[in-house]
Amino acid sequence: MISHSANAPLIEAKDLVRTYEVRQGMFGKATPVRAVDGINLSVMPGETLGVVGESGSGKSTLGRMLLGIDPSQEGETFFEGKPMPKLGTPEWRALRAKMQLVYQDPLAALDRRLTIAEQIGEPLAIHKLVPKEHRGTRVAELMVAVGLRPDQADRYPHELSGGQRQRVVIARALASRPKLLVCDEPVSALDVSIQAQVVNMLRDLQEKNGIAMVFISHDLKVVRNMADRVAVMYLGRIVEEASSDVIFAAPLHPYTKALVSSVPVPGKPLKGRVILQGEPPNPANRPSGCAFHPRCPLATDICRASVPPLRQVADGRTAACHLVAGVDQPVAA
Amino acid sequence: MVSNNLVELRDLKVAFDGIQVLHGIDLTVRRGEAIGLVGESGCGKSVTWLAALGLLPGKATVAGSVRVDGQEILGTPRSVLESVRGKRIAMIFQDPSSSLNPVLKIGRQITEALVLHRALTGQAAKAEALRLMDMVGIPDTRRRFDLFPHEFSGGQCQRLMIAMALAGEPDLLVADEPTTALDATIQAQILDLLIELRAETGMATIFISHDLGAVSQVCERACVMYAGRIVEQGTIEALFDNPRHPYTRGLFDAIPRLDGPRERLIPIPGTVPHPRDLPEGCAFSPRCSHAAIDCRSRRPDLSPMDDGRLLSCFHPVSHSTDLATVAANRVAEAVS
Repeated sequence: MISHSANAPLIEAKDLVRTYEVRQGMFGKATPVRAVDGINLSVMPGETLGVVGESGSGKSTLGRMLLGIDPSQEGETFFEGKPMPKLGTPEWRALRAKMQLVYQDPLAALDRRLTIAEQIGEPLAIHKLVPKEHRGTRVAELMVAVGLRPDQADRYPHELSGGQRQRVVIARALASRPKLLVCDEPVSALDVSIQAQVVNMLRDLQEKNGIAMVFISHDLKVVRNMADRVAVMYLGRIVEEASSDVIFAAPLHPYTKALVSSVPVPGKPLKGRVILQGEPPNPANRPSGCAFHPRCPLATDICRASVPPLRQVADGRTAACHLVAGVDQPVAA
Repeated sequence: MVSNNLVELRDLKVAFDGIQVLHGIDLTVRRGEAIGLVGESGCGKSVTWLAALGLLPGKATVAGSVRVDGQEILGTPRSVLESVRGKRIAMIFQDPSSSLNPVLKIGRQITEALVLHRALTGQAAKAEALRLMDMVGIPDTRRRFDLFPHEFSGGQCQRLMIAMALAGEPDLLVADEPTTALDATIQAQILDLLIELRAETGMATIFISHDLGAVSQVCERACVMYAGRIVEQGTIEALFDNPRHPYTRGLFDAIPRLDGPRERLIPIPGTVPHPRDLPEGCAFSPRCSHAAIDCRSRRPDLSPMDDGRLLSCFHPVSHSTDLATVAANRVAEAVS
């Protein structure tokens, strides 16, 4: 959704495209795979946009593209109204202080030979934010903010539990006081009781510091709890976007319906739920027309023939489906 | 006489390098029933069944008793074990692609199980393998018989694992987090398949999962495990409508909801203790909002309640009304 309201978006992506070359076997012909295929989105300051989709939907690639880590072949990203500088340039490095990334696997994201205090303090040194003599105080502050005890400062990653490690990663991401946090499956590797602790902490930190967030996850329940707005991705495209209150209560796109229906709810029998047939399609072999049509229970001839554009279907709601009535013109110009 | 009890675990204990991780599990699996094992990582759900089937590495010390149709299998020679493992009791795991042999064609891997457990050979084995592949929902089986595992998707690999598990016509299928690595829509397909297969073949199922929603759909009964012990056991209705153990209650409260108002999550404070330094008394007491002095010195036994469930708690959650206060306390503690 592109809004040109009075409040300017913090980050705005226009028609982002990312293509990878994929080879079948060692000597096979390289085929282009459009992992991200014309994505438009914007995030307001302090807002959380949830991105959901199955593996291969391009949601992680999208997250990296928003930060400029993965360059886009087409389209543009604007941060605070200015075009994103190229990867690796001094301007881009400077901007990275304002936008940070949190990955799923904290052990891989941390250096096992450095204490956690050294790692949390690293962005402060890299971006020359806090003079050396005050760094310890700021690190202690950050540790308390994410629910770690300052006396754990000299521990190494392997001495901490999974939940504590993720807290370290989050503290490090917050060190440079970012305006945007891209979280890629930040709680998926954690047990439910710990997951709830980290989700609550992220929400508190966000409220307190007014950080905007792009929250990427396959877990609909967690996304509903975190996000103000949710975009559903299928094969590199957004197929539906709406506020998280309405999208899970009344999904419009048949794929969103199936996703919502696939979440096992205690006490609700499996019968009567929409169980999709078939597998998520291979991005290298995109079906004609609407990419979802081979799995869609409602598909008709038009779905096989033409790609449905993402259209506004209600106030603040878009969907890309021929069978969902639009209210006006396609929004993706 | 054929008893109704298929598998009986009695006081099953496991220690790794002298560190006790499983503290005496008692569980009876009746013919055809589906039991869920739930709990967070490290609580011993998988170890229970790996130990029962003799699949743990040599450094593990296993004690207790595992009876299949009354016959003790724990500590028996490999030949006895092999007549149970794969044949009477089959097991499938979380990551299907690492359980399949990457350099063998899928047809051959399924036929291997048929040769081993049902003494089928040649065309008979192939025909049965194709039937099994069809049964678990692999389309176009004839053509796919000669494909390698990497040519199948994750969901299909899990279907193939299930086909191999069914090859011995087992009385019990132990499914260890069978859907955790799969996408949401594929997860729903596999759950559906497990329910259907059980209805068709009448085999009992042990469903190990951290996903309470999935367990409630597949099983009639469930055991909640914490730190190597069963802390509550009962029917799905009893556990889900009226959990009595504070840990069971806590697990439910911690799950974000897909419906209703968006509220702050209620975490369980603290973390699961390391088996090396389990607290005195009830292992859950340091994280428990109901804990009293006695919980920290004595350990409650797993005892039967009036409504038929088993519970190991001195101060259980009484009923749903005091939830609000518990929740409030938890929030206060959890913010730490």
